[in-house]
Amino acid sequence: MKWWHIGLIVCLVVAVISPLASSSPDGLERVAEDGGFIGLGQEAPFMLIADYVFPGIENEAVATILAGLIGTLILFGVVCGLAWLIKSRKKESTEPAV
Amino acid sequence: MHIPDGFLSVATIATTYAVSAGGVSYAVREANKKLKEKHVPLMGVLAAFIFAAQMLNFPVLGGTSGHVIGAALAAILLGPWVAILIMSCVLIAQSLIFQDGGLLALGANIFNMGIVASFSGYYLYRLTVMLLGDGKRSRLTGGFIGAWGSVFLASIACAIELAISGASPLVVVLPAMAGVHALIGIGEGLITGAALSLVLKTRVDLWQLQKV
Repeated sequence: MKWWHIGLIVCLVVAVISPLASSSPDGLERVAEDGGFIGLGQEAPFMLIADYVFPGIENEAVATILAGLIGTLILFGVVCGLAWLIKSRKKESTEPAV
Repeated sequence: MHIPDGFLSVATIATTYAVSAGGVSYAVREANKKLKEKHVPLMGVLAAFIFAAQMLNFPVLGGTSGHVIGAALAAILLGPWVAILIMSCVLIAQSLIFQDGGLLALGANIFNMGIVASFSGYYLYRLTVMLLGDGKRSRLTGGFIGAWGSVFLASIACAIELAISGASPLVVVLPAMAGVHALIGIGEGLITGAALSLVLKTRVDLWQLQKV
């Protein structure tokens, strides 16, 4: 088992405990409520997994965990892929052009 | 601290998009010069960790919550340019998939939580280690200070954008944002310190990778 297997498992565990998160407004939302400008906020033009709740699942904790697991895996995959691309492009550019 | 759409004026949206686009493309070029194969899995794990950890809001005073940004942790381990790339990916995914942070406000969110938080976290860490001398304790102290400062300064950047946009006067929004994020920053500092101490105990070689 490589170190990053364990690292990824730790991330997935964090996603699984995400329903324990505080549901109070965050710092910016609190300031916007107190400052009376929270109403300026607009709805997103489209919704996928809005507010980290996977749609169509009745149990909100399960829906949150599913959203968290999906996001965690997507970010691991996308950022590894991007890093790999950036790293590989360098090799091509240092090789003499044919 | 994810700004939704509607809070920012067109001028602020355009300016922050331009600055962030420039910052991210420069970050790609810097990463292109220095990135090695060993960096790849660490970048992926950090992005996954930052996303998951950002879901875990912790309570602070007065019915308010906060969550980590994570930019300082990434910047301390991999350097500020890579941290900007990781934060941008997290923020883009949050905005596109999870409707957390507006699409028009994405430039501002990348500027605050990517560029400002990564650079302030990194240089406050470096400064602390320079002043205290390199060692386990000074690295963790630097991690705490860098993490706290990254949240504090990102919140100030956010407050200035809100004030310029006319959402709220600066004299109101600046102390309010800085005040609540001074508390949230303590959480960021503790979590960053815990993550760094785990790296120190298990895989210190990951910390020795070339910074980008």
